[in-house]
This record gives sequence, C-alpha cells and structure tokens, in this order.
Amino acid sequence: MREKVVSLFFIILSGIATLSILIIIFIILGNIVLHGVEKISINFLTSSPSHGMTAGGIFPAIFGTFALVILMTIFCIPLGVATAVYLNEYSQQDSKVVYILRLAIQNLAGVPSIVYGLFGLGFFIQFLGRGVDKIFYGGELMFGQPAILWASATLALLTLPTVIVATEEAIRTVPYSLREAAYSLGATRWQVVRFVVLPNAIPGILTGGILAVSRGAGEVAPVMFTGAAYFLPYLPTKLNDQFMELGYHVYVMSTQSPDVEKTLPILYSTVLVLLILTFLLNFTAIILRAKIRRRLRR
Amino acid sequence: MISLFKEKVIEFAIRSSAIVVISSLILIFIFIGKEAIPIFTNYSIRKEANLNKLFIPQKVENKYKYSWQPISEVPKYSILVLFLGTLKCTIIALLFAVPLSVFAAMFTSEFAPSIVREIIKPFIELLAGIPSVVLGFFALMVQATFLQSIFGYAYRLNAVNAGIALGFAVIPIVYTICEDAFSSVPRSFKDASMALGASRWQTAYKIVLPSALPGVFAACVLGFGRAIGETMIVLMSSGNAAIFSLNFTDGVRTLSATIAAELGEVIVGGAHYHVLFFIGAGLFVFTFITNLFGNIYISSLKRKLSGEI
Repeated sequence: MREKVVSLFFIILSGIATLSILIIIFIILGNIVLHGVEKISINFLTSSPSHGMTAGGIFPAIFGTFALVILMTIFCIPLGVATAVYLNEYSQQDSKVVYILRLAIQNLAGVPSIVYGLFGLGFFIQFLGRGVDKIFYGGELMFGQPAILWASATLALLTLPTVIVATEEAIRTVPYSLREAAYSLGATRWQVVRFVVLPNAIPGILTGGILAVSRGAGEVAPVMFTGAAYFLPYLPTKLNDQFMELGYHVYVMSTQSPDVEKTLPILYSTVLVLLILTFLLNFTAIILRAKIRRRLRR
Repeated sequence: MISLFKEKVIEFAIRSSAIVVISSLILIFIFIGKEAIPIFTNYSIRKEANLNKLFIPQKVENKYKYSWQPISEVPKYSILVLFLGTLKCTIIALLFAVPLSVFAAMFTSEFAPSIVREIIKPFIELLAGIPSVVLGFFALMVQATFLQSIFGYAYRLNAVNAGIALGFAVIPIVYTICEDAFSSVPRSFKDASMALGASRWQTAYKIVLPSALPGVFAACVLGFGRAIGETMIVLMSSGNAAIFSLNFTDGVRTLSATIAAELGEVIVGGAHYHVLFFIGAGLFVFTFITNLFGNIYISSLKRKLSGEI
C-alpha cells in the first residue's frame, strides 16, 4: 500500500514538472503574441523606423534578415553538403583523421556564438577585409569594416557543423546495397553520389539546411560586430554595405531606446515577427523530418 | 574519356570544398588562440594585462580587490569577477532547469500515455527554437519585474533573473537528451521489473534511471556548456554590473556578455582587445571540452544499451 502511495506521489510530481514547463512556454509565447499583434499591420511590415525608433515599422530589418540569411545559405549549404559527401563517400572510412575531423565538427556545433563573432571581427574584417583593401583598393576602406558579406560568412561558419552533421546522417541512411548495385552496373563514384546517394538523402539534407537557416535567422551575437547596424536610412545593396537585422533590432530597441514606453509596442511586434519567422522555418523542418521517418519505416 | 575527365574535375571540386571548410574550421581554433597569446608574449601588453593581473587581486586605493574596469586611467582586468558572474548565473540556470527537465522527461517517457507524449515532446522542443534574443527580451521586460515583485530584492536585473532566463534555454537541451535516453532503455528491462512486482515509480527510479544514467550526465554537461556560452540572454537580463560579490541578487556580468558589450568599442590590437580574445579562447576551449564529454557519454549509453559492454 505504502509503495503505491509513494509511486503515485512521484508520478504526480513529475507530471507537475512537465506541466510547469508547458505553462512557462505558454506564458512566454502568450505574452509576446498578445502584446505583439496590436501593432502588426501591412504598414508596420513595409515602412522604416522613425522618430528614434519610437514610431514606424521594421521593413529594413526584415529585408536585412532575409538578405543575410540568403547569403549565408549560399555559402554554407553547398560547402556543407560537399564536405559531408567527401567525408562519407570519398574519404577512407576507417582512418583516424576522418574520425577526429568528425568529432571536431560535431563539437564545434556547441561552441558559443559569441566566439564566432570574435572570429568574424578579428579574421574576416581585420585580417581578410583590411588585406583586400590594401591589395586592391590602395588602403581605402572598402571591405575592412563591418559588412553583410562578413556577417553572412560568420553565420555560415556557425551553421556549417549543423549542415554537415545533418547531411552525413541523411547520407548514412541510404542503404549500402543501393550503392553496391550501382557500382556493379559500372557507375563511377560521382554517378553513384549524383544518382543514388543525393536523391535519397535530399529530404534529410533539406531538414538540416532549414534548421541551420532558422538558427541563423535568430542569432544576434555573431552579427553584432560583423555588420549589423542600429539604423540605416538605406537598404543593403552591395556586399560591403551594413544592414539592419530583426534580432539585433530587438536588442537595440530593448536596451538603448530613448523612450521605453513608446518603443515597447513596436518592440513586441518586432519580437513576434522574428518568432513567426523562426517558427515557420522550424515547423517546415519538423514536418519534413516526420515525412522522412515515415518513409524510412516502410 | 570525357566522362573520366568530368569525374576527376568533380572529385577535385568536392575535395577542395571539403578542404576549405575543414581548414576554416581549424582556422577558428588557431586564430582565436593567436589573438589571445600576446597576453603571454607581448611586453607592452603584458605591462597592462598579464596572468597575475587577470587572476590575482590588485591594489586599488590601498585595498586589494578584484575589479574589472578596462576603461579607466589604470585599466583593471580581473577576469575572476566575470568568472564568478558566469558561475552564479549558470548555477541558478542548472538548479532551475535540470530537476524540472529530468522529471518532465521521466513523465513523458515512462508515465504518460503515448498520445500525451507525442504532443508534449515537440512542444517542449519548440522552446529550443526560440531565438535567445527573444528570451532575453522577455527576461528584461516581463520576468524581471515579476520576479522582483515576488522576491522583493533591490535590483531588478541580477543573477537570479538571468539564471532563470538561461534555464529556459537549457530546459529543451536537457529534456530532449534525457527523454531520448529514457526511451532507449529496452522494454524488456521494464517488463522484468514490473513482473517482479515493482511499482511504476520503482521501475523508473531503480531500473530506467540507472540504465540511462550516462544520458542524464550528457544532458547536464551539454546544458552546462550551453549556459556558460549563452550571450544575448545574460547580456540583456543580468544588469551587466561587474561586481565581485557572492550575493545572487546583485547585478552580475558574465564572460560572454563582457565580450558582447565591450568588443564594439575596443581598440584593435590593444591590451583590452587581446584580453577579450583570451576570454573567448577560454570559452571556446571550455565548451569544446564539455561537448566532447557530452558526446562521449551519449555514445557510451548507446553501447551500454545495445549490450556491447
């Protein structure tokens, strides 16, 4: 009898723990959605901030975020997929070097994003950018300053481990018998990769890619020194322009606003837009992943 | 012949992009380290900031104390101040997040019907998708006021506030890894225990938890690594006061937030710049090691449950 009571007690306790996590999530999301919807309108999404960010919209920040993420994707997806293909299909599988590389890549995924920000500032801007300026522009400041190019490169480095690990997992689920069948028909290595491995791994690669993009869209620490700006009167059009970004905009408005009362409604709506953007990406990835799992089970 | 040529070109392209990626990832190690080294080697920088000054209390107005004042007439770089701040926030975060997440993982994997599990699990994982700047915003605008009205402490932004907000970021990591670990314990273990007359809690506590223990360790270690390096949440919700104090309700400043707050105004190549890189290198090495241990625990769990050891 006593055992039953103890058992019930702990089951209820663990239920309460679960419930409190769910309640926390509800409070956070509910608070943001409730206060955020007030200000959201077409006008808010398509106009620029004005009056020291106490009025107006967030169009430049949305545009900047998209531009940043698209550039990042161009850098990280092809390189990440190629690296995963190399590690799985071209390199020697039992070699120690490949094993250590895999381990290092896996662990890099957990290195704090601010460290990538340090690297972006020190290496891309100070070393690479200033070097390019010295050689091609006679020392004139072109690339040796924060810019969307460097911010997206930094983000690409940050998300590369995610893409590589996801692609490798996807590639590994392609059965060996398929590859062997293709080889026995006389296919070359590239033909096997192109016509057997990649088509079967595409959903997994997409999932990893989308998760990486959603992470990139929400990151602030790596871009705050490498290209994000408080406020810009123009949209970024060249690779060495600075840009506004949703996450950084949230940070700036919540810590450096001249008038908190007036900024708060706009701030809430900006947070909501950022949340919707990242959640849409995450949901797409989750649905894709569920589809793959169902297909694998068959 | 042409296809053989194409084959070679493509192989070369794949190989070279892999080399570019791998070498740039290695470059991160090297570069962050290289920028931290002048603290040990460069004479003029050592005069301003060396290991003694970073770790041993310095004399200020006839008193020895730890202080972090990089922008003053005599710059002071006592990293221990920031280290203590990070430690305080991380302790609160783990005390808050780990028990909640482990119990919740136990509930969803052992006690709840599978339909409830299918709903709850993705919902908690949703928390992982919230950008940290959003959690920081929430902690700064809503949670800080709420906590102050409950506990009634003097400063709105302090280690408790930052730690709990950090906890929100740690919960999904610990929960997901624990849940996976508990669920991977073979059904036969549980059936055997139930057949011997153990209650559901006894089975969970004495059979499932010990079998999945490496997974729980991994979850804690990875959660710890996340909490130490997380930047935006603490930058916005900790008050950023570099005070050497053991009181959890004082404002704090963490290592990561210091980099974020000061890197923008620093003189490139100066002592302050190199000290910030030194902090960055420390964070890098530390989180790299915690991740390594986390991954080792996870793979040892897999081996254990598949019966290899």
